[in-house]
Amino acid sequence: MQKWGLFLPEPSSLFDKLWNSHVVTALPGGGALVAIDRVFLHERTGASALNSLAEAGRPVADPARVFAVTDHIVDTRPGRTDKTLMPGGQAFITETRAAAKAAGITLFDVNDPDQGIVHVISPELGIVLPGCTLVAPDSHTCTQGAFGALAWGIGSSEAEHAMATGTLRLNKPKSMRVSFSGTLAKGTTPKDMIMTLIAQHGAAGGKGHAVEFAGEAVSALDMEGRMTLCNMATEFSAMSGFIAPDAKTFEYLNGRRYAPKGTDWDAAAESWKELVSDDGAVFDTSIEIDASAITPMVSWGTSPQDSGSICSAVPEDAGERSLEYMALDKGQKLAGTPIDAAFIGSCTNSRLSDLRRASALLKGQKIASHVKAICVPGSSRVKREAEAEGIDTIFRKAGFEWRESGCSMCFYAGGESFDAGARVISTTNRNFESRQGPGVKTHIASPETVVASALAGAIADVRELL
Amino acid sequence: MAEPFTTLTSLPMPLIRDNIDTDQIIPSREMKSTGKTGLADGLFAGWRYTDIGGRDADPNFVLNDPQYAESQIILGGANFGCGSSREHAVWALVEYGFRAVIAPSFAPIFAGNCMRNGILPAVIDPDAIAVMAEAKGPVTIDLGAQKISIDAGQSWSFPIDDEAKAMLLEGLDAIDLSLKMATDIATWQEADRAQRPWIYLGANQ
Repeated sequence: MQKWGLFLPEPSSLFDKLWNSHVVTALPGGGALVAIDRVFLHERTGASALNSLAEAGRPVADPARVFAVTDHIVDTRPGRTDKTLMPGGQAFITETRAAAKAAGITLFDVNDPDQGIVHVISPELGIVLPGCTLVAPDSHTCTQGAFGALAWGIGSSEAEHAMATGTLRLNKPKSMRVSFSGTLAKGTTPKDMIMTLIAQHGAAGGKGHAVEFAGEAVSALDMEGRMTLCNMATEFSAMSGFIAPDAKTFEYLNGRRYAPKGTDWDAAAESWKELVSDDGAVFDTSIEIDASAITPMVSWGTSPQDSGSICSAVPEDAGERSLEYMALDKGQKLAGTPIDAAFIGSCTNSRLSDLRRASALLKGQKIASHVKAICVPGSSRVKREAEAEGIDTIFRKAGFEWRESGCSMCFYAGGESFDAGARVISTTNRNFESRQGPGVKTHIASPETVVASALAGAIADVRELL
Repeated sequence: MAEPFTTLTSLPMPLIRDNIDTDQIIPSREMKSTGKTGLADGLFAGWRYTDIGGRDADPNFVLNDPQYAESQIILGGANFGCGSSREHAVWALVEYGFRAVIAPSFAPIFAGNCMRNGILPAVIDPDAIAVMAEAKGPVTIDLGAQKISIDAGQSWSFPIDDEAKAMLLEGLDAIDLSLKMATDIATWQEADRAQRPWIYLGANQ
């Protein structure tokens, strides 16, 4: 077998290499049986998939390559147990625990020191690796493409298929390269990069494509920033987003628990250096964005494409339905819109670097007294490391709640939410109707913009604080 | 195994909004058990009922319009099924009685979930969907011919890949098909293990 698979075009893209190196065999009808290297489950759907497999008498083919974590509905208040604020949620946790044990897969349980949001802990543990395929029944699995992996979200049936066979039946998507040239200006972040792409090209702009993020501004990002960028490839309707691995990727992964060790590491790192798009590689679609022109972004509607610069106003062609839901008017300036709450968390923006940048702005400050503010670290490790740096104290003194890790209030499962109809500025990825609670009006933005807004009590431009 | 899908004639329910996300199709709060059933009551709950968590029907929402009570087809907008990967959205549609969604485009995970549960996601130009909605009569889908027609005589073709078509037509189970290729998979893994031993985790981690 050739290293990056048979029939590799010359020159080839990173996506060609990721794809061809996992094709087990071609399928009649033009698709392919594609090898899956890692499967990650969570407690919201894990028990369902594992129980369904067991009922069908289908064993998990290789349990050592399947992992699970409790992140989606686990309580994030201090002193947590299996009990959840979501009615009936405890059964999701206990049934996933029982099913994981029966299947022989590794579970990072409620109070495991390695517990956390699946897309935060998978890199922390070195479970995702460059050149691997990784799937999870969670749409934000594309986050992990930041490591030069082909990682994407699937449904429960596909998760069962991946676990039972070690493969998925797929049609090769088209390839896209999104190049960010130049340098990000002060106060702008990877969140603003991906929100700009989606605002400019639409929430279906990436449909049918696997997207490589490239260019000077992407190379300049640290691994955590790259994860934020890839996280919202699913909001672009792409199959996935990914970035060629480089020295930063290798440095991040070296020594992680499930990463290769010793001579295996040397061989792996050597082979991963080839995971780049060759000069002259052909893409079905190419998009160029000048990163230096990007400004802090904030959403105004109920789709991530309904977003604009912090200095802009609600556009004149905005949809009536989303404006009615958001209680905004055409032409209304986004900055200055009063908020009721602020949320920092989720697989988009809850890693240590996010919390460090937020706390640097919060230090010695107090948020507006009417704002309910919550910070939920992305993993138990992030929480410990932040606490070791005193970041929790800064958040608490400023008026934020400081939580245990989990997906928390990124979505409303029937338990905890913001007040009905509240206007929330949030580092999450979805501003759908009632996503964060009944009638809750979500504005998605970077951690910096969330902090600036919490301090002002209204949507605010972080650049005025710098 | 899903119910085979061959032809279907039904008055389609128009819900022509772009970016209908799976949080709207089945809100997370309506996913109350670890099973795949008990979801029909939660279908479009946020739009269908007057109060969040309540069960009083909102007469202004199309799902509550009696003329669509037996509808098995939804006419949707672009990027239908975007957002969360929750297969519950499709399970809820199936349990309620829908067998097809006709829309200008679908989010990829949702489309995959449809295929695995015997729902046809048919991609059709928005102008044609508008004609179907205007006709206010039954729509016939012929999957074998990849054709959608209305009584007035107009018809439109839709694309679908050969495997998805065959699986829908015959109600095939993808896992059964792939398990038949166990020898191919084992051969591939043996060769791959020699090249990428680090992928194959042992008990020592």
